[in-house]
Amino acid sequence: MNFSDTDPRPLFQQVADQIEDLILTAAVKENEQVPSTTEISATYKINPATVLKGMNLLVSKGYLEKRRGIGMFVTLGAQQKLTSERRGSLLHDQVTTLVDEARNLGITQTQLIDMIKGSFQ
Amino acid sequence: MTLKTTHLTKKYKRKAALDDVSLEFQPDTIYALLGNNGAGKSTLLNIISNRIFASTGSVTLDGEKAQDDSTVLRHMYLMSEDNMFPGSMKVKEIFTLSDAVYGDFDWELADKLVADFELPVDSQFKKLSTGYRTIAKLVAAMCVPVDYVFLDEPVLGLDANHRDLFYTRLMETFVERPRTIVISTHLIEEIATLVENVVIIDHGRIITVNDADTLAHAGHAASGETTAVNAFVTTSGLDVLATKTITGHTTAYVQGTIPDAAGIPAGISIEPLGLQDYFIHLTQRQTTQHHSNALLATSLKENAR
Repeated sequence: MNFSDTDPRPLFQQVADQIEDLILTAAVKENEQVPSTTEISATYKINPATVLKGMNLLVSKGYLEKRRGIGMFVTLGAQQKLTSERRGSLLHDQVTTLVDEARNLGITQTQLIDMIKGSFQ
Repeated sequence: MTLKTTHLTKKYKRKAALDDVSLEFQPDTIYALLGNNGAGKSTLLNIISNRIFASTGSVTLDGEKAQDDSTVLRHMYLMSEDNMFPGSMKVKEIFTLSDAVYGDFDWELADKLVADFELPVDSQFKKLSTGYRTIAKLVAAMCVPVDYVFLDEPVLGLDANHRDLFYTRLMETFVERPRTIVISTHLIEEIATLVENVVIIDHGRIITVNDADTLAHAGHAASGETTAVNAFVTTSGLDVLATKTITGHTTAYVQGTIPDAAGIPAGISIEPLGLQDYFIHLTQRQTTQHHSNALLATSLKENAR
């Protein structure tokens, strides 16, 4: 995990994104506990209210659930749900950026597709 | 428990060190109090803690006036450059004294911090280096059972490792026992992610109060070819704080709502300033305005003669 106040995303979003990464890569599996607010806060020197805001975002999206007196746990099906969400949004954004950049550089559609095909090999 | 300052003003001769400062410090929240040298940070903290008196205005805790009321003032602790105890005192005697005055001193935490920082508790305070004096004062500030802790320059003379250790311990103790902590510092980058709220003071006036995340993203640097940047900031209606230009390339430091990706022309890059750079550009402009206002006032006066 790494946080910066000059990142384009607000800090609480960075917290949420990086916990999502833990779920996506199965670093924390479903039904397992994610690091506590205190742990993240002290380790990365982030205000606990900010960490909590990031966690609550994931609760509202259904990826985490709060178990009273214990902590935050990854919900069942979170990894799969996240994978399809990232496919939809993140990849879409990146493709849009890539196409814009290609247009600026005068790269044609065929040339770009060839480059993508090349990367797969 | 809410601490309020209402219309605080402090005048030294004709000059206002504090000018109509009304603020609210919420319970269990970490604040940064930011301002350049001479902006009024220490004056404000000294008035809140009853070390100096305001010319007008008041400080209240849950509606109770704080001035000269020891039952109210017991809820607050100010750690500052001024030493509130005799220099001949040993460090451990300072802790005992703090325990006697405030009661319920957290000896367990004190022992831990002393070991962490290798603070020589049997040394006389005056024999310590600047860094260790700061550490001794910090330990006292973190271990007294108050609801409001004001830290004026809490890392003065601390090396990078000790500063890092302090920030970590600060977060841990805050989670363990929440309280309001107000940090006044020039090392803004280091506390940018630690604090929840930020107060910016300039020439004795409060110019901004907001949450840290919002302020870190309130300013942006827009850079690219000069005419393109100028056109972009104008059409987007952005407030330009400062610009830097070198041979046809301009970086504009702006505040305001940045259009989403589709509204940003090719060749222009946008990056958030972060808390420190936003603070720098905001107060620099403020200073320029302050000076031109002062110049204008002087020339008006001379014209009137």
